[in-house]
Amino acid sequence: MSLESNRPAPERVAAAMNAFVRDFTRESAVHMDACIRCGHCAQACHFYTSTLDPKYTPINKLEPFLHAYRRTTAPWAPLARLLGAEKGVTLQELESWQELIYDACTMCGRCTLVCPMGIDIAALISRARHGMFAAGLVPEDLRAAAERAENEMSPLGATPKVLEERVDWLEDEHGVKIPLDLPQADVLVTFSSIEIMKYPHSLVAMAKVLKHAGESWTVSTKGYEATNFGMLSGNRDWQHDMSERIIDAAIACKAKTVVLPECGHAYGALRWEGANVHGAPLPFEVVHISEYLASLARKGRLRLKPLAKSLTFHDPCQVSRRGGASEAPREVLAALGVDLHEMGDHADAAWCCGGGGGVVAIKRADELRRGAFRIKMEEIDATGAELLATSCANCRLTFDDGAAYHKWNKSMQSLTELVAERLEG
Amino acid sequence: MTLLEFARGPALTVALTVFIAGTLWRIFRLATRPAPPDRSAPRVDAAAAGALLGILRRFWPHPRFGARIGFSVFIGYLYHIGLAVIVFAYLPHIEFIRKLIGVGWPALPAPVTYFAGGVTMFALLIALMLRLTDPVKRLLSRFDNYFSWLVVFLPVATGMAAFDTAAGGFNQTYIALHLLTVELFLLWFPFGKLMHAGLAFWSRGITGVKYGRRGAMP
Repeated sequence: MSLESNRPAPERVAAAMNAFVRDFTRESAVHMDACIRCGHCAQACHFYTSTLDPKYTPINKLEPFLHAYRRTTAPWAPLARLLGAEKGVTLQELESWQELIYDACTMCGRCTLVCPMGIDIAALISRARHGMFAAGLVPEDLRAAAERAENEMSPLGATPKVLEERVDWLEDEHGVKIPLDLPQADVLVTFSSIEIMKYPHSLVAMAKVLKHAGESWTVSTKGYEATNFGMLSGNRDWQHDMSERIIDAAIACKAKTVVLPECGHAYGALRWEGANVHGAPLPFEVVHISEYLASLARKGRLRLKPLAKSLTFHDPCQVSRRGGASEAPREVLAALGVDLHEMGDHADAAWCCGGGGGVVAIKRADELRRGAFRIKMEEIDATGAELLATSCANCRLTFDDGAAYHKWNKSMQSLTELVAERLEG
Repeated sequence: MTLLEFARGPALTVALTVFIAGTLWRIFRLATRPAPPDRSAPRVDAAAAGALLGILRRFWPHPRFGARIGFSVFIGYLYHIGLAVIVFAYLPHIEFIRKLIGVGWPALPAPVTYFAGGVTMFALLIALMLRLTDPVKRLLSRFDNYFSWLVVFLPVATGMAAFDTAAGGFNQTYIALHLLTVELFLLWFPFGKLMHAGLAFWSRGITGVKYGRRGAMP
């Protein structure tokens, strides 16, 4: 029995409602009021499309949040309460919606692309998760990962000590230098725990690229992990702590630029939410690694041996559709000289891999996620490309899992690693 | 007081009062919700352009979704355009508006507006059928969706029925019913989804600004 089940139901519901109300900003309110219930968003969702189950319609995933809004904050909330038109949200309702809010939404934002009202459903889901966390209704594996990230600095056990050991090993093995905790550097480089633990060659690739560019850079053991599981789980305080670690580390080493790793949600968390969490504009530039590579290519600081192969690129949703950096990886691929075969849906319209938003960390969501992954397999097969690459370790992990499960003979590669392998000199 | 006098007098006054006051209240309540500033450094510093693009782009479905939602969008356009023609281009309606606010404009020929009325009723019936038969729309539909449909359909239906072809004029009872159904529309407007007529622009604009400054599709 979990600790949460010992809390009285009214207390948990009240906690959820308080968190919900805090999130009923003007943007949320206008978006919820504007919905015409047309259901077009279903057609953009990989979980609806792969199951045809209407419950996976994106706007339907927000029902408890909408009920809470209409009962507490909406313009006609007093009337709704007076007439009994809006019953209060119950713990059972919140429990039954947990799967839809966590397991069945990667917050990829594809639904917003098709919404005639422009409702940012992904942002609403992110806010609804605050209330779910407050009520103790986060899937246990996601909550545990977030708690590890808060307490140990990594959701996957990539603690500062583990990072130092990995860096030692990688420096020995690959003859690269990964400078830790320099007192001053122009660039602060961050990683994803998935890279540190599962794809350590990404760290080597980053080191090779930065050396090639002649950059002054460092990694801080006080703020190196950029995947923000506080944000994904719905814990606002943890989100703040995780962002502040990097912000503090960047300020401490007087970094002009923070380079975010191949991780989509890390980009959303720091590039677009970091300053809001911090409460002031950030005193440094925040770029995704693909933007950093594109910038080097533009300045002629990336000398690459051509890669004479066809390749298709999987856009991480938070970097492209929700982040506005769709062109950066394509500039890098052009610099690599690959024959780019775009998928039918790419860049802003790309399908999600199914593993974002913390979904890949939720074991019970495996079947749903792997079903949705078929969409990507079919799109990639249709391109006929020899190689596939992405700029998100979480997507890469989802691809590796999906490929193994479906016995698919394709392997996802890292954009940064491809670049590092083709560096001249 | 006849039914027509009631519809033209106190019922219209009440309906217009609720319509105006209710709409203003809803806008006021939404506008006064907290709006934390976005402190992130914009990639593109052009909020107005983002809002405008966000508003305009969504008048047409994204090309990747045309096949999936095209029919639903087409039906929606049919009755929205039909309603606009009926309300703003039919001579008796223009005269009604002129009496109410003192502004008028030229009308379209009556047969054109009758045709628009027929198309609108047909499209509204198809829209209802879609809502009742499509599993997604059915799941999402609430009282608001069906009642809003009804208060749009009734004025069109009673308006079409009001012209007595045999008598070559308007049937006064139907005119009274027509006015009363329009008043029902006005009474319901501030409370339900009909207000998307204005909220659509606000909602799209907010997203347009947010994603426009990120350099993403607004």
